[in-house]
Amino acid sequence: MLGWIDDRLGTASWARSGLRKIFPDHWSFLIGEVALFCLVVLVLTGVFLTLFYVPDATEVTYAGPWQPLQGQQVSAAFNSVMRLSFEVRAGLVMRQIHHWAALVFVAAIAAHLLRVFLTGAFRKPREINWLVGIGLLLLALAMGITGYSLPDDLLSGTGLRVIYSVVIAIPFIGPYLAFLVFGGEFPTAEIVSRLFVFHVMLLPALLIGGVLIHLAILWRQKHSQYAIPGATEHNVVGRSFWPTQVFKSTGLAILTAAVLALMGGLVQINPIWAYGPFDATTVSAPAQPDWYVGWLDGALRLFPPIEFTVLGITIPSPFIPGILLPGIAFGIMSVWPFLEARVRHDTAEHQLLDGPRGNPMRTAFGVAGLLVFVVLTLAGGNDVLAIVFGVPVEAMTEILRVAIVVVPLLGFGITYRICAELRRTRGHPMERAPAVRLRRTDDGGFEEIGPE
Amino acid sequence: MTAQRGVTLALVASIVASMVLIGLYLAGGNPQLEGIGLAIALGGLGAAIVIWANALLDNRVEAEERHTLASSAEQRSIAREALDPEQISRRRFLVRLLAGAGGVLTAALVLPAFSLGPQPGSDLFRTAWRRGIRVVDTNNRPVRPSSLPLDSVTTVFPEGFVGRPDSQTLLIKVRPADLELPDGRGAWAPDGCIAYSKVCTHAGCPVGLYRAREHQLLCPCHQSTFDVLRGAPPVFGPAARPLPQLPMELDAQGNLVALGDFPEPIGPGFWDMTHPPPAES
Repeated sequence: MLGWIDDRLGTASWARSGLRKIFPDHWSFLIGEVALFCLVVLVLTGVFLTLFYVPDATEVTYAGPWQPLQGQQVSAAFNSVMRLSFEVRAGLVMRQIHHWAALVFVAAIAAHLLRVFLTGAFRKPREINWLVGIGLLLLALAMGITGYSLPDDLLSGTGLRVIYSVVIAIPFIGPYLAFLVFGGEFPTAEIVSRLFVFHVMLLPALLIGGVLIHLAILWRQKHSQYAIPGATEHNVVGRSFWPTQVFKSTGLAILTAAVLALMGGLVQINPIWAYGPFDATTVSAPAQPDWYVGWLDGALRLFPPIEFTVLGITIPSPFIPGILLPGIAFGIMSVWPFLEARVRHDTAEHQLLDGPRGNPMRTAFGVAGLLVFVVLTLAGGNDVLAIVFGVPVEAMTEILRVAIVVVPLLGFGITYRICAELRRTRGHPMERAPAVRLRRTDDGGFEEIGPE
Repeated sequence: MTAQRGVTLALVASIVASMVLIGLYLAGGNPQLEGIGLAIALGGLGAAIVIWANALLDNRVEAEERHTLASSAEQRSIAREALDPEQISRRRFLVRLLAGAGGVLTAALVLPAFSLGPQPGSDLFRTAWRRGIRVVDTNNRPVRPSSLPLDSVTTVFPEGFVGRPDSQTLLIKVRPADLELPDGRGAWAPDGCIAYSKVCTHAGCPVGLYRAREHQLLCPCHQSTFDVLRGAPPVFGPAARPLPQLPMELDAQGNLVALGDFPEPIGPGFWDMTHPPPAES
């Protein structure tokens, strides 16, 4: 059999070197793999969901088993998701696994991005894969937002409305772009079927293609490694692709799926029957989007009421927090490898990874960026926080407006000091400092008499 | 426990759980049990493979040389010769024409994308409200001031356009003496019935919450707050423009009717909102 294939494709020599390829072993290298396996779960469950979903905004009368909605006018799309949830066998568990997998997918990508950033894995020769990765993150976000909106329920409809408002806020092209995307002034009947085409066809094709490029570049460049004993800039120390890495990764893939299955079965998510169908004149409160969009909604909530007209051109209030801010965030991320190389006059290849302390400025910047994200995400739930802490929502907003400036700056300073100090002392943050022996002197003081 | 026994146990657990899953499906399904069963079936399999990998495989740590990815200068020049860009670029006129043909073709191919939506035109500037149209509630009934309790909030529409999103309007009944409306709007709120666009001027959400004591409208999406008594200017949150006020009067039967459309564009802002298209004749 192997001979038959080798005769025709010449696979044996390629397989020999491929199977023996060495991969460094570290738990932090598995985060990206978790993202990959979530994608596999998403494709498998997604195919099942696609077979039942109806991308149609036509009004129908709900006649399913969920009594509170019986007799109500709902869209065919909403109706099909209700049917999938309550009448299709194994439908609800598939839907919930799909949604949880989407949340974990983006979370794993974000954690992987942080790992790559904090260890300097984006440095030469890996700048291209860093950019591919940012593209994949954007595609994952687009997948999340388009998929989230498909059930045509009240909560996701509110999300679409905010997106529409942010799009029309773009100077010069906003209204034209929004009318092209939505097919007219919000809300439109066209949007559901358009989101569907994006979610099940265009975006997955780009996402899967991008993942393949990401992996091919990784394979070609060989994995970076930590400076463990024996590891140098000119070798790879680890375990061979076959059988160790294949076994471990397969095991991780199946265990990831197992956790997602448990969450999908036991932890309810996006109960659209509780939100009800979309209605343009109603909104539920408090309303929070999926976690990875919360920071954008938080930015909209925190931003001061600034709207101005210059030379007859109005800059609407959602433009700066809704378009400019994420644009700057992704812009900085994209140019960071090139910026860092230029600032440090660094043209060398880096196969050995930094620890987080290795480059205090980079780590401090990463922590500050993460804190901006965290504070904005909290701001996306300012109404919930206000209830939790029993303060008026206005006070909560003012506190967060201060926090968005102060917390990242503090985080930057503290992180920089910690990293610089750890670098200086070569200490370990989790280990106790070496003890010393003391002797009490006659006059009540202490003197050191050497190590323990 | 030996690794061998661990793998065996995990695989048996997986097999049993998979069989239970099959039974569950045939019996009609149950999301919670399906989740647990699937988790055990997958978890057993995954655990077995991981134990196998860690304990039963030859896990030697090995080192492999890393070769420079960059090619030698000689190879680079050979590749450049093979590419021979001058072969093409010296036909400068044809190259430009080729680029031009590509550009025009792209324009021709992109143009059908404009079929996706209409031109915004006056859509963002106008709603269905017109002079003389009666104010009706969601059940299509005309509204009289006398039938509204003090501090009540009603979602109203122009008659004939119930449910039209851009025309949704909030009708609030307040004490006429409390009103401090901007100049020129004194007559727009007959008997203390004051109407504002329900579409938030920040991000377009329905401004659904009314705090009767403070006479404030609150948008639940981003907490923009508007002062109802003074013409709905924003007093908190990210909204920067007042909710447009609907001019109203009473008709001969005592029903509320519109005096015209909202004086400004409703809802979220856009770049040319201060340049309304010429009014309809």
